[in-house]
Amino acid sequence: MAIFVSSPLSACIALLAGWVLLGACGLLRPRSIRFAGRALFTVGALIGAALGALSAWSLWTGVTEQIVLPFGLPDLPFHLRLDTLASGFLLLLGTTSAGISLYSAGYFRQGEGAAPGLLCLQYHLFLASMGFVLIADDAYSFMVAWESMAISSYFLVTTQHRLEEIRRAGFLYLLIAHVGAISILLAFGVMQGGSWQFTFEAMRSAHLSPAWAAIAFLLALAGFGAKAGLVPLHIWLPEAHPAAPSPVSALMSGVMLKTAVYGIIRVTFDLLGAPVWWWGLVPLAAGLATAFYGAVFAAVQTDMKRLLAYSSIENMGLVFTGLGLAIVFFGTGMHLAAALALAATLYHSLNHAFMKSLLFLGTGSVLHATGERNLGRLGGLIHRMPWVAWLSLVGALAIAGLPPLNGFVSEWLLLQSFLFADQIPHAFVSMLIPMGAALVALAAALAGYVMVKFFGVIFLGQPRESALSRAHDCGRLERLGLTWLALGCVALGLAPVQVLAALNRVTATLTGASLAHQTAHWWLLAPVPTREVSYGPLVFLTASALVVALTVTIVRLVYHRRVRHGPAWDCGFGRLTARMQDTAEGFGQPIRNLFQSFFRIERELPTPFDRAPRYRIAITDRIWRSLYEPLGGIVQRLADAAAVLQQGRIAAYLLYSFVTLVVLLALALVL
Amino acid sequence: MSAAAPQVTELVTQLLEVVAALAAAPLFLGWVNQCRAWLSNRRAPSIWLPYRNIRKLFAKDAVLAENASPLFRLAPYLVFSTMVVAAGIIPSMGTHLPLVVAADAIALVGLFATARVFLSLAAMDVGTAFGTLGARREMMVGFLAEPALLMVIFVASMISSTTALPAISEHLVTQSLGLYPSLAFTAVAFTLVLLAENARIPVDNPATHLELTMIHEAMLLEYSARHLALMEWASALRLFNYACIGFALFVPWGVATGAIGPLGLALSIPVLGLKLGVAGAGLATIETVSAKLRVMRAPEFLATAFLFAVLGLLVHVLLKA
Repeated sequence: MAIFVSSPLSACIALLAGWVLLGACGLLRPRSIRFAGRALFTVGALIGAALGALSAWSLWTGVTEQIVLPFGLPDLPFHLRLDTLASGFLLLLGTTSAGISLYSAGYFRQGEGAAPGLLCLQYHLFLASMGFVLIADDAYSFMVAWESMAISSYFLVTTQHRLEEIRRAGFLYLLIAHVGAISILLAFGVMQGGSWQFTFEAMRSAHLSPAWAAIAFLLALAGFGAKAGLVPLHIWLPEAHPAAPSPVSALMSGVMLKTAVYGIIRVTFDLLGAPVWWWGLVPLAAGLATAFYGAVFAAVQTDMKRLLAYSSIENMGLVFTGLGLAIVFFGTGMHLAAALALAATLYHSLNHAFMKSLLFLGTGSVLHATGERNLGRLGGLIHRMPWVAWLSLVGALAIAGLPPLNGFVSEWLLLQSFLFADQIPHAFVSMLIPMGAALVALAAALAGYVMVKFFGVIFLGQPRESALSRAHDCGRLERLGLTWLALGCVALGLAPVQVLAALNRVTATLTGASLAHQTAHWWLLAPVPTREVSYGPLVFLTASALVVALTVTIVRLVYHRRVRHGPAWDCGFGRLTARMQDTAEGFGQPIRNLFQSFFRIERELPTPFDRAPRYRIAITDRIWRSLYEPLGGIVQRLADAAAVLQQGRIAAYLLYSFVTLVVLLALALVL
Repeated sequence: MSAAAPQVTELVTQLLEVVAALAAAPLFLGWVNQCRAWLSNRRAPSIWLPYRNIRKLFAKDAVLAENASPLFRLAPYLVFSTMVVAAGIIPSMGTHLPLVVAADAIALVGLFATARVFLSLAAMDVGTAFGTLGARREMMVGFLAEPALLMVIFVASMISSTTALPAISEHLVTQSLGLYPSLAFTAVAFTLVLLAENARIPVDNPATHLELTMIHEAMLLEYSARHLALMEWASALRLFNYACIGFALFVPWGVATGAIGPLGLALSIPVLGLKLGVAGAGLATIETVSAKLRVMRAPEFLATAFLFAVLGLLVHVLLKA
C-alpha cells in the first residue's frame, strides 16, 4: 500500500512485471487448463483491476513521475514516466483487461490450438507490453514495447496456426504492424531534431522547423494510423479479428487500438508541443472517411466477428475525427474547444474499449456454444443463452449511440465540439468542417443499423439451424467478465460528469483549458460554460423509468393482465419456417444497394432450371484490389530483380565484396 | 417565495405539456385522417376513432407468440415511454421546462433512435418474414432520417449557439423577425423526415397492409391488445412530437417564453391547437397529392432530405444566416 502512495510509477512497473511473471508461470504446467487457464488468468484479472485502481488514483492526484531503469543496451537505459495522459490510458488498460481476463479464465479450453500455458504467456506479455508502451519515456523503450506488443499479439492471432487462412491473416497483420512501426521509428528520428538524444524529454525541447515538424506529425499519423486501422491501412483488422480467439480480439480491438490513439496524442500534443492547425485536417478527413467506410462495410458483413471488426474501424474513425478537430482548434487558439474535442476523443476511446470488448466476448460465447461465426446459421439464441444475449444487448445499444448508455455521451461531446467549428478564423475551413458533423451523424446512425442487424440476427427470431437448440449459456467466470464490462458501459453512460472530471486532468495538461469547473450539479454534464448545453442521463433515465413503471401499473390496474400464448400469427399464413426470416445478407441488402460503388460484389444467381438453386454473394473491399495487389506486384518484381544478384556461386559473392570494398575506398579518397 | 413560484409554474408547464401530448396525440391523428378522407372525397371517420381504437385494444386479451422473448413484451412500454419523455423535452407550450436541462435536442434524436431500435428488435423477435422485413425497412429509413433530423437541429443550434430546443425556440422568437435562408432549406428537409419517420405516404402508407410496401405496420403484425394499443399510441405521439419539433424550429411564435404566468400558458394552448390544425391539414394535403414511392426509392427520398439539411448547413456557414 505504501508504494502506491509514495511512487505510483514503481507500483505500476511492479504490476506490469507481475503480468510478465504470471505469463512465465504458465510454462510451469503448460498443458493444465485448470492451472494455466483458470487460476492464472483470474490472478491476471486481479492485477488488471489493481492497475485500474492505481491509475485512477494517479490520474486523480495528477502525479508526474520519472524513473530510469538500468536495463537495455549500454548507454540506452529505459526511461519511464507516468503522467496524466499515461494514467488515463492505463486506466483503460487495467479496467478493460480485468473484465477480459476474467472472461478468458472461463473461456480457454483444452485442444484449441496452442497449449493453455503458452497462451497464458503470450496473453500476459501482450498486456504488459501495452502497459510499457504507455509509460515509455524514450523512443528506444517505446519501440521495444511497441514491437513486443505486435509480436505477442501476432502469436495470439495465430493460435490456430494449422488453418491456412489464419496464418495468412496473421502475416497480413504482422506486415502492416511493421510498416507502421517503421513509420513511427522515422517520426522519432525526425523529432530528435539533430540532438541525437532519443529520450522524450529531448524531443520536447527540440526545436524543429515547421516543415520538419509537419513531416514528423504525418509520419507518426501514418504509423499510428496503421495500428488504429485508418483507411486505407485498415485492411488487417477484418482479417485478424475473426482469426484470433475472442478474448484476444476483444483485447486487440478494445485496448490495443487505443495505444495508437495514445501514441498520436503523445506525439502531437506533448512531444511536438505546438501543433499547427492545418495538421488536424489530415486526421479529421481520414477519420471521417474511416468512420463512414467502416460503418458501410459493417452493415453488409455476414461473419459476426468481421462485422465487429469493421465496426471497430468505424469507431476509430470517430476517435480520429475528434482528435483532428482538437488539433485544428488548438492550432487556432480555441483552447476550450480543443479541450472539449480531445475529451470527446478520450471518452470515446474509453467507451469503445468497454463496449467492443463486451461484444467480442459475447461472440466468443456464441462461437463456443454453437461453433458458428456465420450470421446466416444463428438466431433465436436469447432463449438458450439469456445471459450472453442481455449483456450483449447492453453493448449493442451502447455502440449504437443510444442514451442513456456510454456511446451516446461521447458522440454528444463530439457533436458539441463540432458546433464550435464555425468560429475557426480561417475561411473555407470554418465552412467545411461543420459538414463533417453530417458524416459523423450518418456513421452513428449506420452504427444503429449494424447493431440491430448484429443483435437481431444472432439472438432474436427463430434458430436457423436445428443444432442451435443444443446451445448453452456461458459459464460463471465468463458471466462475471461480461457483467463487469456491461456495468462499465452503464457507469460510463450514467456518470459522465465524474468521467469527464477525470479526463479533464488529461485534457487540461495537454491543452491548457479546463472543462470541468463550477459544475454545480454532480448529475448534470455541462462542459461548456459559455453555452447553455447540458445532459443529465440520470434524470433522463429516472424520467423514462418512471413513465415505464407508471404505464405498467396503470395498464394493469385499469385493465387486466391476461395473456394467451399461441403460434405466431404471421398474417394467418401459418406455415412459418425459420428460413423465411431475413438472413444477414438480406438485412444488409438496402445498404448494399445504396452504396454499391463502395463494394466489389461477386454474385452467383441461380437459373430457373437449377435443381438445387444456390444464391451466393461475395463482397470484398475495393482497396484490396486497387491498392494492395498492385503494391504486392511491385514488391514481387523488385524482389525478382534483386534476385539476379543471387548467383549461388561463392566466387560471385567474393567479387561483390571486393567491388564494394574498392568503391568504398574510392569514396573515402574522393571525400 | 418569489424564487419558488416560477419553479411551480415550470413544473406545471412540464406536466401540462406531457399530459396534453398524451391526450391530444390521437386527436391530431384523427384530424389528419379526417382531412385525408375529405380531400379524397370519402366520408370521414369520426375524429375520435383513434381513441376508441386504443380503448378497444386495451380491453382485449393479449396473444403472444409462443417463441416471443421478454424483449417482445418489454418493447411497447419502452417505445411508449421514450415518446412520452420526448414530449416533455419539446417546447410545445412553454420554453421553461425543468426536464430540458437533462436532455437537449441531440438527446431527443437519440430518444427517437432508441424507440426505433427497440421497435425493430421487437419486430425481429418472433422471427416471421414480415417482421424482419419491416425491421430492415424501418432501419433503412431510420439511418438516413436520423442524420437528416440531426442536421436540421444542428443548423438551428448553430444559429442560436445552443443545442437545447427551448433555448433555440426562445432565440428565434426574441430575434427581430429575420429571414433565415438556411432554415428554409432545413424546413424542407424536416418535412421530408417527418413524412418518412411517421410512415406517411410517399414512404409508407398507414392505411394498408400490403406486404410489398408496408414498413411500420409490418413490424406491429405480431402485437395485439394492450401491447398494440401502446404501440399505436406511441406512433400517434411520435407524429405529435414531430409536429411540435417543427413548430419549435420553424414557427416558434406563440410559445410562452420567459417567466411564464398562468396567462401566458393559457394563451399558448389555443395557439398550439391552431398550429396543429393547420399542420394536420397540410400533412393530409401532402399525402393526398403525392404518390406512394416504391420501397427501393425510399432511400433516395431520404437522401434528398439529408442533402437538403446539409445544404441548409452550408448556406448557414456561407451566409452566417
